[in-house]
Amino acid sequence: METLLAIVIGLLYAAGVYLLLRRSIVKLILGIMFFSHATNLLIFVAGGLHKGQPQFATDGINAVSANPTDPLPQALILTAIVIGFGITAFFLALMYRFYQATGTEDLDELKEGENK
Amino acid sequence: MILPALPILIPLITIIFLLFNFQRREWQPWIGLTGALLQLALAIFLAVQVKTQGILVLHTGNWEAPFGITLVIDAFSSIMLVLAGIIAVSVSIYSIDAIDRQRQSFFFFPMVQGLMMGVNGAFVTGDIFNLYVWFEVMLTASFVLITLGGEKKQLNGAIKYVSINLVASLFFLAGIGLLYGKTGTLNMADLALKLSLADNNVLMNTSAVLFFVAFSIKAAVFPFFFWLPASYHTPPVAITALFAGLLTKVGVYSMIRFYTLFFVQDKLFWHPLFLWIGGLTMVIGVLTAASQYDIRKILSFHIISQIGYMIMGLGIFTVAGIAGAIFFMAHNIIAKTNTFLVAGLINRVTGSYDLKQIGGLYKIRPWLSILFIIPAFGLAGIPPLSGFFGKLILISAGFNAGEYVISFVALAVGLFTLFSMVKIWNEAFWKPRPEGVPPYEGENENLPVSMVIPVVFLGLITLTMGFAVKPILEIAMNAAGQLLDPKIYIQAVLGS
Amino acid sequence: MKSYIVQLAAARLLPVTLILSLLVFYRGHNEPGGGFIGGLMAAAGFIFYAMAFDTQEAEKKLRVSPLMLIVAGLSFAFISTLPSLFAGNPFFTGEWISLIIPLLGKLKLGTPLLFDFGVYLTVWGVIVTIIFNVMEE
Repeated sequence: METLLAIVIGLLYAAGVYLLLRRSIVKLILGIMFFSHATNLLIFVAGGLHKGQPQFATDGINAVSANPTDPLPQALILTAIVIGFGITAFFLALMYRFYQATGTEDLDELKEGENK
Repeated sequence: MILPALPILIPLITIIFLLFNFQRREWQPWIGLTGALLQLALAIFLAVQVKTQGILVLHTGNWEAPFGITLVIDAFSSIMLVLAGIIAVSVSIYSIDAIDRQRQSFFFFPMVQGLMMGVNGAFVTGDIFNLYVWFEVMLTASFVLITLGGEKKQLNGAIKYVSINLVASLFFLAGIGLLYGKTGTLNMADLALKLSLADNNVLMNTSAVLFFVAFSIKAAVFPFFFWLPASYHTPPVAITALFAGLLTKVGVYSMIRFYTLFFVQDKLFWHPLFLWIGGLTMVIGVLTAASQYDIRKILSFHIISQIGYMIMGLGIFTVAGIAGAIFFMAHNIIAKTNTFLVAGLINRVTGSYDLKQIGGLYKIRPWLSILFIIPAFGLAGIPPLSGFFGKLILISAGFNAGEYVISFVALAVGLFTLFSMVKIWNEAFWKPRPEGVPPYEGENENLPVSMVIPVVFLGLITLTMGFAVKPILEIAMNAAGQLLDPKIYIQAVLGS
Repeated sequence: MKSYIVQLAAARLLPVTLILSLLVFYRGHNEPGGGFIGGLMAAAGFIFYAMAFDTQEAEKKLRVSPLMLIVAGLSFAFISTLPSLFAGNPFFTGEWISLIIPLLGKLKLGTPLLFDFGVYLTVWGVIVTIIFNVMEE
């Protein structure tokens, strides 16, 4: 499973980098999304893949379950996904405004604006 | 038991008040200013507390140290909090008149407070994932601020700024994931303990490199600085001043924190790298600045060059070196913000940032030239201003540590910085107004008092730092001593 | 592009989405769910409504301005940190009270629930603000 996920992560990073290097802003955003998904999976795998019980302490019992899993990586990923969601929403709105202002979504057009 | 959380809570409460009174436009600046003043007062109070009682630690939610999020304020954090408070106050006063109505009514003040919440959170936290979250809070606020107003030029700069910073955040996140996979902890003190016992140091370097790249992009260090001059000159100058003072320094702060606290095993690899990167950052920043004619662009390139000095201090890695870096950071935050604010005043008078369009300001506004001289010559390192001592401490630390090359580079870069500042001085103040340029619109108008007060305030701090070097250096030395002895930090957080 | 069927569906679905979002929010207490996802669902109901009618109608239906939702959410999140101070525990400690309610059984209420409700309102407000702004242009 680790190997498979490692390959998936690698592919996602590769796709992300490829898209980041394209000229279109839509593809830039897609690239960043791929990047963040790859990173989330990376945390998931790095935290250890392991089948077990959630660590819930029921009433009266103080001990954790016999075969516990680590919930923290999932909490981290959840936070990262939420942040990524907000940022992506902002970036899409930014792209929309940029498209309205310039009528293009070509990153090469940015160069002209530099010296103005 | 709430003290270390207050630097985060005060901006949050200010945001609540700002949004609640959103319809009352005229109240907004004052609420924001009150919040900023409270932050500064609290930061000074905290600094005194840290000085008398040692490191302040708060285990949020009553979770024991390695498990929950710990907030830690040590001497270094408290210095940074005070600086952040000073900048928040200055920019809040400055923007009362400097930011136009339209921007003010579009969440300007709440976003400034949001940025301060992120910055303060990053200085206070003792947990690497929490640091990531504060980085994101800070970045999101800065994204909104840099696009505020939505001019075409701003959107241009914002796309570069946003995309490169997002990639940096993801590097940071990947580093956290790998480090957590190897050590099973996110608490900085616990990491320091575990990594000091780990035998396989080279393996740690994968995540250390990811962190280095992430922080280098945020701090605009040599091969990663291109986004900064491409975006910092686009928003209104009050926003640029805020960014220039704080954002890159949060990157430097994190770098110093990480590479003094827990990535300390592989010194042979990292310290020469820091020296190289620091030297290249200085040289390239200062050389590219020399070819610019827009005041804001010159100053933006100088941010980069001066980040190099701080990295150099980290690379020297002696108490004097780190203390020099801290002193230099303090000087730079104050003086850099101030030069941008003065650039805003120049623009108010002349309506331009282009040095080719400006001239003869000395005749029209002699006192404005004094306000410019203090931070600008401070940055260039003219005695007795603060920059001179910052450089002196760093360079003498370099000589004492036997790092001669970097020390000579730092000396030479100081000369070039002087060249750039003298260039702005000559072009904007000294030379007569260029022919064919009509009289300036703002020539006979008085500058708003609210824009002058923060400039005078920051100028006075620069002067004080120059005259009271000894006590300030002592504070920096104390902070550096604490940084270089991670045991103090670990003991404060984990107990025994 | 106004379709009567969509308008009818949106008007009927809005209360359902809101109730469902509250259920998901409360479920998040001990099971998957929570303030964030609940807030998203509540926002989705209003976005669908705005798509069927227009944003002004949806804002009228919302009654309070989305900004006030954010303010209320942030305030709830902040207030949830206060009981721990009065109890003398470190900042942000979860404090609980148990209520026995007839027919429903034991109800355990605590500051984490209050914090989560703050998240619910904030997410709702933020999403509605962003989407309405984009839709109006």
